[in-house]
Amino acid sequence: MENFTPFSALFGGALIGLGALILMLGLGRIAGISGIVSQALFNRNDRPWRLAFLLGLIAGPITLSLFVTDLDYSTPELTSTTLLAGLLVGLGTAWGSGCTSGHGICGIGRFSVRSIVATLVFMCAGIVIATLFH
Amino acid sequence: MSLFIAFISGILLAIGITVSGMIDPAKVLSFLDLSGNWDPSLALVMVGALSVYVSGFAIIKRNKAPLFASDFHVPATKKIDRPLLIGALIFGIGWGLIGYCPGPAIAALSTGSIGTIGFVATMIIGWFIARKVPLA
Repeated sequence: MENFTPFSALFGGALIGLGALILMLGLGRIAGISGIVSQALFNRNDRPWRLAFLLGLIAGPITLSLFVTDLDYSTPELTSTTLLAGLLVGLGTAWGSGCTSGHGICGIGRFSVRSIVATLVFMCAGIVIATLFH
Repeated sequence: MSLFIAFISGILLAIGITVSGMIDPAKVLSFLDLSGNWDPSLALVMVGALSVYVSGFAIIKRNKAPLFASDFHVPATKKIDRPLLIGALIFGIGWGLIGYCPGPAIAALSTGSIGTIGFVATMIIGWFIARKVPLA
């Protein structure tokens, strides 16, 4: 467990909760990233705020890098596994109506049984696949 | 004002994703992979996010309407149906393969990583296909 980073995990998590809360307080919307970004791309209605949200997502790490210069994180290689994973994540989050943010934070945060079930299912599936393949 | 709120919300989420380490798929995999050198950090990301969201949502719920919109949009459906279960299963498989869920992948686009761009491209194709072929 030498990679355990409890403080940055809690602090970063709190920022995620705050960002999601602001969207609910200001616009009355669930901060489900898969839902908002896919609707921004494929739904003409209510597009501007969704595009602004997408822009914020992309701008976030750039903004942070202005203040914190030693940001360091890996990115995946371009392999067939990476492309397959992207396709599965796209299909699954659309069919399952949400991802880690929408179900895992906002849904569980309002005690939605649907979201609690969905989160248990994708967590368990993720754990099984990651444990078998890595 | 609604554009500004949405932009700030997106920025905070992405900064949180970066600071917490969720943006790093290797770190996500070291949480999901129970066999190796297990890293429980991601559980604390959820603890941090949920503590803020649950307590804030309890207060917001008392408002009649959001500050800059006419209504709250909260999903009404309560059914645990096939699309929810199969969708969550397929999403989890994809997440466990590489360690990316949608937020971190989009937040990492600014790195210019070709692997990240490829992941986001096929994810968008997946969204498109799922819109054309709904699960029943």
